[in-house]
Amino acid sequence: MQLRFFVPITAFAVLAAALAFGLTLNPREIPSALIGQTIPDFELTALKGRERGFGSADLRQGDVVLVNVFASWCRPCRQEHPLFMDLAQTGDIKIYGINYKDDPDAAAQWLATFGDPYRRVGADLDGRSSINWGVYGVPETFVVDGSGQILYKRVSVVTPKVMREEILPVIERARLAGQEVSR
Amino acid sequence: MITEIGYFALVLALAVAVVQATVPLIGVERGMPSWAAVARPAAVTQLGLTAIAFGALIYAFVVSDFSVLNVVQNSHTAKPMLYKVAGAWGNHEGSLVMWVLILALFGAGVAVFGSNLPSGLRTRVLAVQGMIGVGFLFFTVFLSNPFERVVPAPLDGTGLNPLLQDPGLAFHPPFLYLGYVGFSIAFSFAVAALIEGRVDPAWARWVRPWTLAAWAFLTIGVGLGSWWAYYELGWGGWWFWDPVENASFMPWLAGTALLHSAIVVEKRDGLKTWTIFLAILTFSLSLLGTFIVRSGVLNSVHTFASDPARGIFILGFLVLVVGGSLTLFAVRAPSLRAGSLFAPISREGGLVLNNLLLMSALATVFLGTMYPLFLDALTGEKVTVGPPFFNVTFVPLMTPLFAVMAFGPMLAWKRADLMGAVTRLKFALALTAFAVLVTLIFSRGPVLAVLGVALGVWLLVGSLVELADRLRLFRCAASDSWRRARNLPRAAYGTTLAHAGVAVVILGITGSLAWETESLQVLRPGDTVDVAGFEFRFEGARDVLGPNYAAVRGTFRVTRDGEEIAVMEPESRTFTTPPMTTTEAAIRPTTLGDLYIAVGESDGSGGYATRIYHKPVIQWIWAGALIMVAGAFVSLSDRRHRVGAPARKKTAAAQAAAAPSPQGT
Amino acid sequence: MTVLRRRLDVAALILLAAFFVAAPISAQFVEERLADPAQEARAYALHKQLRCLVCQNQSIVDSNADLARDLRIIVRERVGAGDSDVQVLDYMVARYGDWVLMKPPFKITTALLWLGPGLIFLLTAGGVFIAFRRGRGSAAANTPLSSEESARLDELLKDASSGGR
Repeated sequence: MQLRFFVPITAFAVLAAALAFGLTLNPREIPSALIGQTIPDFELTALKGRERGFGSADLRQGDVVLVNVFASWCRPCRQEHPLFMDLAQTGDIKIYGINYKDDPDAAAQWLATFGDPYRRVGADLDGRSSINWGVYGVPETFVVDGSGQILYKRVSVVTPKVMREEILPVIERARLAGQEVSR
Repeated sequence: MITEIGYFALVLALAVAVVQATVPLIGVERGMPSWAAVARPAAVTQLGLTAIAFGALIYAFVVSDFSVLNVVQNSHTAKPMLYKVAGAWGNHEGSLVMWVLILALFGAGVAVFGSNLPSGLRTRVLAVQGMIGVGFLFFTVFLSNPFERVVPAPLDGTGLNPLLQDPGLAFHPPFLYLGYVGFSIAFSFAVAALIEGRVDPAWARWVRPWTLAAWAFLTIGVGLGSWWAYYELGWGGWWFWDPVENASFMPWLAGTALLHSAIVVEKRDGLKTWTIFLAILTFSLSLLGTFIVRSGVLNSVHTFASDPARGIFILGFLVLVVGGSLTLFAVRAPSLRAGSLFAPISREGGLVLNNLLLMSALATVFLGTMYPLFLDALTGEKVTVGPPFFNVTFVPLMTPLFAVMAFGPMLAWKRADLMGAVTRLKFALALTAFAVLVTLIFSRGPVLAVLGVALGVWLLVGSLVELADRLRLFRCAASDSWRRARNLPRAAYGTTLAHAGVAVVILGITGSLAWETESLQVLRPGDTVDVAGFEFRFEGARDVLGPNYAAVRGTFRVTRDGEEIAVMEPESRTFTTPPMTTTEAAIRPTTLGDLYIAVGESDGSGGYATRIYHKPVIQWIWAGALIMVAGAFVSLSDRRHRVGAPARKKTAAAQAAAAPSPQGT
Repeated sequence: MTVLRRRLDVAALILLAAFFVAAPISAQFVEERLADPAQEARAYALHKQLRCLVCQNQSIVDSNADLARDLRIIVRERVGAGDSDVQVLDYMVARYGDWVLMKPPFKITTALLWLGPGLIFLLTAGGVFIAFRRGRGSAAANTPLSSEESARLDELLKDASSGGR
């Protein structure tokens, strides 16, 4: 008989636990709907001063690659740029860049100033291709495996911690899996 | 200097709160009257100290003291004075000072005006109030200090959100807080009763006025916010089921239920355990609302800058206060004496139905608001619960409530004759049928619109018929009815007004949603558009400069049947600090509805994007809310609320025995 | 619906005005509208159902954001290309997940959300019902007064009303 009076406090305990856990979450970050699916078909023109852009075919060459969405008007992109520069210098992985809704001159200038870590850069002038990738802001970074499957997406700045603890492990695992398949 | 005084006052207030929370409680439990007597002066002192702190903060904003960090972050020399002052409470830290001020205000109110309360109850209530104060003052003093200095002082502030530079929104937080925080009294009464181990009708008689006052203020606060959204947010929407809106609506629903169940405790000594629980629940929802707004766990346009650290403290406080009171409830409530019985069809039964439906509606709003969080926590999946969900679930739950509200007050206590009550309402039924017919003839409108009209008319006429019934209007001599009218307790008029107010709101919502006319187009100077029988001629647009913004102002000449009605001038304002564009719609109320114009982008070649609306009876929504509030204040003026326990003097006792006791119907 | 009908009337007026006004006609934003007013109305209704991903709780038709504009344009394209309402929404969900819908879809994970209100009402009503029964049960224990007890009660009541306080 007394038990029913404990219902409210029990319900509250559950709620408090949920709220506490909720404090560790970020309601503004939405996970990618494309994880585990193949990249959309696209073909992006070259950036100013470069010969070729790239398209979906380039990302299905059998290697695990990074795709980074950036723009010259994007402040946080500058923060993560050195990390990509470092990564490009090791030569360990190919990085492709999607230049999102940018002015061609400004973009070329930006890369000239801060360095170009990208194997290829594609100009997505109207942002349409990026929308097909599920992009909703810049910067965003994807890990794509050899068959063109999207394995991972990072929304907003890639910090050294994220690079170390999330992106590089995903690349490792993908490479191992790729080796197993080819064996 | 004044800033430091303000901070010191807060620290002192915290100390006083600690004393107020502990000493009187020990005094009452151990039978030490001198200790118990500390409660009242402590509560009054706390009010004084928090008032000083609040005053110091306001002062800093008025003189634009940019050595105070809070002023830097939330003010700017270019802001008009009213908004400088409003900036004091338009941010996290400042609003907390307002929180504790109002908490102390209500506490002092009980201390000063609660002479007719039994001293034991009063002391315990003040002690609990003090405990709540300790929590919030601790938070403010140590974790959200509004008086923090910044050295060196910048030359100017970083400005307030231009959306907040608005009279409606300047007053929205104070009223909301009067409501939210006012419910703390009901909470304190409930906890005090649990500590005492006793709930009697007298307890309800004392709780109701405070709850009613808080409810009235909350209604004003929510109404102001909604009205502000209507004229500020650009396309005439007034409710978005945004998490922070819901956070203010949930205590309102619970508070409404509380008001009604307290009636049963007062009149029939029943529903005691439930009412205690409701009082705890209502204030808990206020605290939950505070948490939601300040912690960033939910997505909302309203949230203060989110800070998980703040969230942790508020959650901890929530766990202590709500967890503590609910544990006390679990342990002590079973020993409360059960109340009298009643048949399902009775006024008590009607009030139970009221509570049942309100609680279901509340739970629904809660579910929809918190679901994204729960789902994310459990599965990592993100989902949006927007207006479509709430509209589909909330409305069907409230509809039966509105239908029953009309004859609820007509049911007798303990056991009522339902058919008798319905028979007495046949006039209301007839008018409703007539209204439905008229609606169908004139609009062939959507089903929901007809339903809305039916409900609104039924409730409005029903409330008036109920009042007429009490006055035996048309059934006996006019002088008889007049005598009854003079002797009728004001609470009865309050009830009629409040219920009629709800009806007016329903009609306003129905009319404005069902029969709104919307027209979107690009206009050039000289163009004319016809909307709902009104002719809108766009005269042109020009640039204007405001105190802290640059705007594009469009001019529209509105005529009807050739006769000029108005000149309306909507604006699109661009602010610089922080950079933002707001739409100032031009609204013109007419007898039947509002004319609403918003001007938007220019297409670069002289044309402007415009939105023109005719919104029938939309102002009834807020008029109805005001009527509800009027009803609450009329009820509050009832002398029964000022007469508490019988007076101790012998002569007064004899008088009380001789005079007929103020029985309600 | 009456509103839609009115909007169609107005849209027809606008089409007429289009003969005289050469600028692109649009909503409060200056952007291309669909030529067919019925399709534009559909697009508008769909805009209201899609969430602006970079805003807080706004639909893409209420938002000033660039992305919102891009999404509005895409919706119009798809409607113009002949997609049904469901297909347009699916297109968006394929890219952004369920979160982009203002109305959560009915799935296993949202079943509790959609069924919740009804369940809550039934549970609460059930609770009330049980509470009633429990109260009634204890009342049944009260037996009516016997005649001697009634007489004594009358005596006591008479005493109380005549003298004393």
